[in-house]
Amino acid sequence: MLLVPCPYCGPRNSVDLRYGGESQPRPDPATATPEQWRGYLYRRDNPADWLRENWYCRSGCRRWFTVERNTATNEFRHPPMPGDKRGGKA
Amino acid sequence: MTMGRLGNAQPTEVIDRGAKLSFRWNGKRFGGFEGDTIASALAAAGEQVFSRSMKYHRPRGILTADYWDPNLLVQVGDDPNVRAGHRRLEAGMEVSAQNVWPSLRRDIKAANGLVGRFLTAGFYYKTFMRPARLWPAYERVLATFAPGGKIDLDTPHRYHDKRYMHPDVVVAGAGPAGIEAALAASADGARVLLVEHEHAVGGHLRYDSRDTAVAALAELRAALDASDVEVLTDSTVTGRYEDNWLGIVQRSHPVAVERLIKARAKTLVVAPGLIERPYVFAGNDRPGVITSTAARRLINLWGVKPGERAVVFTANADGDAAAADLDRAGVEIAAVIDGRQGHRVSSTQGSPRAVEAVVSGGNRIEADLLVVAAGWTAPTSLLNMAGDRPVYDPPAARFFAADPPGNVLATGGLAGDGTLDELRAHGAATGRLAAQRAAAVAHRLQALTARAQPVGGEEPPWAPDDRIPLGRDPHPELYRSDTHGMVDFSEDVGSKDLMAAAGEGYDSVELAKRYTTATMGPSQGKLETVNTVAAIAEARGETIAAVGTTVWRPPYAPLTLGALAGRGFEPVRVSSIQPWHEANGVHTILAGQWIRPDHYGDPAAEVRNVRSNVGLIDVTPLGKLDLRGPDVAKLLNLLYTNKWSKLPVGKVRYGMMCAEDGVVLDDGVTGRLGDEHYLMTTTSSGAGGVWEWVENWLQTERPDWRVHVTPVTTAYTSINVAGPKARELVSRVTDGVDLSPEAFAYMEVRTATVAGVAGCFMWRIGFTGELSFEIHVPAGCGLHVWEALMDAGDDLGVGPFGLEGQRIMRLEKGHFIVGQDTDGLTLGPSTGLGPLIKLDKDDFAGKPELAWAVGRPLPMIVAIQPDDPNIVPAEASQIVAGDTNQILGRITSSRMSPTLGRSICLGQVEPELAAGGTKLTVLLTTGERVGATVMDHHAHFDPTGERLRG
Repeated sequence: MLLVPCPYCGPRNSVDLRYGGESQPRPDPATATPEQWRGYLYRRDNPADWLRENWYCRSGCRRWFTVERNTATNEFRHPPMPGDKRGGKA
Repeated sequence: MTMGRLGNAQPTEVIDRGAKLSFRWNGKRFGGFEGDTIASALAAAGEQVFSRSMKYHRPRGILTADYWDPNLLVQVGDDPNVRAGHRRLEAGMEVSAQNVWPSLRRDIKAANGLVGRFLTAGFYYKTFMRPARLWPAYERVLATFAPGGKIDLDTPHRYHDKRYMHPDVVVAGAGPAGIEAALAASADGARVLLVEHEHAVGGHLRYDSRDTAVAALAELRAALDASDVEVLTDSTVTGRYEDNWLGIVQRSHPVAVERLIKARAKTLVVAPGLIERPYVFAGNDRPGVITSTAARRLINLWGVKPGERAVVFTANADGDAAAADLDRAGVEIAAVIDGRQGHRVSSTQGSPRAVEAVVSGGNRIEADLLVVAAGWTAPTSLLNMAGDRPVYDPPAARFFAADPPGNVLATGGLAGDGTLDELRAHGAATGRLAAQRAAAVAHRLQALTARAQPVGGEEPPWAPDDRIPLGRDPHPELYRSDTHGMVDFSEDVGSKDLMAAAGEGYDSVELAKRYTTATMGPSQGKLETVNTVAAIAEARGETIAAVGTTVWRPPYAPLTLGALAGRGFEPVRVSSIQPWHEANGVHTILAGQWIRPDHYGDPAAEVRNVRSNVGLIDVTPLGKLDLRGPDVAKLLNLLYTNKWSKLPVGKVRYGMMCAEDGVVLDDGVTGRLGDEHYLMTTTSSGAGGVWEWVENWLQTERPDWRVHVTPVTTAYTSINVAGPKARELVSRVTDGVDLSPEAFAYMEVRTATVAGVAGCFMWRIGFTGELSFEIHVPAGCGLHVWEALMDAGDDLGVGPFGLEGQRIMRLEKGHFIVGQDTDGLTLGPSTGLGPLIKLDKDDFAGKPELAWAVGRPLPMIVAIQPDDPNIVPAEASQIVAGDTNQILGRITSSRMSPTLGRSICLGQVEPELAAGGTKLTVLLTTGERVGATVMDHHAHFDPTGERLRG
C-alpha cells in the first residue's frame, strides 16, 4: 500500500486518503465548450513520469493537498503545496 | 521402511523426552514428546503412510518433513488441512487422514491409479465439458473426489488478532544470514523485527549436529537474546506490497488463534534460505523416498531414525551431510549414488514398505529408504512481489535475485553460497546496509512532511551496495532422470503430463501451469516450480532460462480467513432514541453504519396512521452541516443548481446538487437560521460524501471564501412529526413559537423550545406529503423529546413509523431518492426538476454539462401505475418494447400503496415514453409481461400538495 506524505499529518497509508486524481485547472464554465469541459472531466495525461496530483486526507486532517508522484516508481517529491491546482504532467 | 525413535538424545534435538503427550491418529492412540510435530511423532511410532494423493490416491509418506511437505496435510479436530510436518503436537489432539475413503490403508479410489494413463492433463476439461446440461451431475460426483479436509459449520468463533507495526527493518528468515542481518541493523540503532517461519531461529543450523554448527547457533541465539531485536517465530511474511507494506501471519500466539500483523518497514531483508527440490523419476512419490533435508530434520530435530537401510543420492554437500547423519543414527548405507559423478537414480519399485532403487546402469539395490539431494529452489517470492524478476544461473542450477528495489535486500541462499562465516558476514553487511537505508528513508519521509514533523540535519546519503558478493557453488542441473515421475505432489501432476501439455501447445509455463494445475496446489510451487519449468524446457528443447519461471504472488504461506478478518470489529451507529425503539418492537434495517427503525410490525398500518392521525419518525441519520460565515450564500449557489442569494432568514429551500458531469449527486433542504448561519441537510447515505464535496470546493477552488463547515449529523437527534394532527401535537410541547399556518408557513424554520429543551431547530418540511414538523434536538435530549411527543399525543393516536412507511409515503408523493431512482448516469434534468437548474447563474457545479443537457431528450423519471392494481413489479424490472426484449427503461421503486389501495411505481424511461398517459410494457421477474401507464405527475397522491401546506 502506498505511503502518502500528508503535509499536516505525516506519512499515511493511502486508504486513509481519497485520491483526487491528476491536478488540473477547472475551465471557466462561462466560456468552456462541451468538448473542453469533457476533456477536463475525463481526459488524463497519465504519464509514466512525474505527475502533479491531489489527495484528500479524509481520515486525518481533512485537508486537500497537492504532491508530485513519479507514477513509474511511486516516489513522491517536493514539500506539498496545499490547494495548488496547477497541473497535469509536472 | 522402518522408522523409530533413536535411543540416545541428539545434540540438536528439540523434543523433551521427559514430557510425553498422548494423541489419536485415525482413532487409534499414539504417543509423542513435547517438541514433536504431528508427523515426527507418527514417524517415531512407525507410521509410513500419511495421506493419499489427490488424483490417483497413491499412498504418500513423509517427503520434506516440514511446513511445505505436500503429503502431510491432515485434519486436527475441526481444523482441516493442518500441516503435520509443521504443527506442534499437543496432548489430546484428534488427528485423522484426509482424502481417503474408506480408510488410509484401503483406499478404493486408488483404482484411479490403474486408469491413470487416461487421467492426463486436461482430462476433466475434456471429458466433462459436454453435454453442458449434465455438468451439475458431474459436479456432484467430482466434488466427492476433491481433496482437503472437512469443514465443521458449527465451529465456534475463535479469537483472531491484529497488530500494526512500524519497524525500521524487517528481516524475513532467521537462518544464520538473517540473524546476523537483524543483529547488525539493531546494533546500528534500527528497530528490527525478525520473522521466522519455523518454530525456532537458526535455519539449517538447527538440524546440523556438527560441532561448528552447534556452537555457531548457540552464539547467534545468545546474541539475539542480548539484543533489542523483536523475534517472531512460527510466523511468516506472507506478502510485500508498495513501500514495504508487509503482511505477517503469526501462528503461535498466547491468546489468539492467529494474529495478522501489518508492518510498514523502511527496509526489508529477504533471507528465507533455500528449499530442497525433489528429483523426478519413476516412483519418486513412493513412501520411503525423502529429501536429504527431511532425513536430517528427522534425525537431528526429533531423534527419529528414518529407516534401516538407505540409498543416498547426493549431488551436494548437504546430501553428503545427510549420509553422515544417517550413518551416525545407525542406518545402514546400502549405497551412495553421487550425482556430481553423473550417476542417477532411475526408479523405485516394491511395496510401500520397501523401496528398491534402480540406479543408472540398471543395478537394483534393496533398501527401505531413498534419500535424495538433487538441488535447491530459491523461494524468491518476496523479491517477486517487490518487482524483481529472478534470473536462472545454469552452473549453480537455481534462480538468484536479479535487481530488487533499493529498499529490499536479499541475503543468504537467495544471494549465493559460501562457508558459514561467509554467509554470516554477508548477512551482517546486509543488516548494516538495511539500517543505513532505513535511516535515509525515514529522513526522506520527514522532509516530505516537514510541517507535521520537523526534520533536522542533512539527508543521509543513500548507502551504496558495497557488500562482498557471495560465491555460487557449482551444482549439476538435476531435474529429471531417464524415467517420468511426479513433479507436483500436491496436484498429482507428472513430468509426462507437463510434456504432453507442452505438446498440445500449452508450452508457456503460465499456460501449462493453469492447464495441468502444476504449482497450484497447497505447496504453491515451493517444491515443484523449477521442476515444472524444467519439464517444459525439455519439451521445448530450450533452456530453463529461456522458458523463465512463474511470478510468485502473495501469500507466501497460507493464512486463514479468520486471520484476515481479524477481530470482527464492526462499528454501528444508533440514534439516542434507540432504547425506545427497542422497547417498542422495532424491526431494524442496516443503512450504511446506521441501525435504523424499518418498521414496528405493520408498515401499512403506520402509513394509514400518519395519513389520518399523526406519526413520529426518527430521521437522525439525515446528514446535517452547520454553515457559518459571510460567503455561505455564494457557496450554496455553487453547490446547488438553483438560487440561494435571496433566501430570507427563517426560510428553508429544497436544492438538488449535481457533480461536475451533471449527474445528480445529492438533494436536501437548507435553512437560513441567521444572517450568516445556515443548516444544510443531505441524504442519509450522502452525509459523508457531501461534506467532502463541500470541503473540496472551499479548499481548492474557492479558498478565499469565508465559510466554516461543521458536520452536526450526530450532534442533533432528528424527529419528523407528520400527519394532519401534527400541529396539534407539536403545539402541546412547544414554547416560544407561534405554530399557526399564518405565522409559521410551509418551508419555514424556527428556533424553538420543545419539551423544555431550548435550541431546537424546527422546520416545516417532510418527505411524506403530510403536514410535517421536522425537529432537530440537541442529541443528549433526543430521547426525552421523543417520549414527550409520544406522551402528549396519546389521545391524538400518535404512533411511530419507520423507514419502510416513509418510503411508501414518499413514493405515493412521487419524491425520488438519489441513488434509488437515480443512478450514475442520471443527469439533473432527468429528475423532472429542470426548472430548478438556473443556467443564468455565473457558475455552479456541473453547469456546462447541464447547459448542454437542458432541452435535449433524456431518459426521464416518471410515475408509473401497473394496469392491474394488484401487481407490484419488483424494483429493477425492465420496461420493454412490446413483445421484444428491447429495453426502454426500468422500474426504480415500487410498493403497494395502503392509501390508494393499488400498486405504484417510479421508473426511468426513454424520453419518448415520458409523457403522461403513455402505455408501457413491464417485464416481470417471472417472465410475464404486464401493461402499465405513465402518470401526469410524479405524485400518485395529493399532486397539488394541499395536505403538506395545511
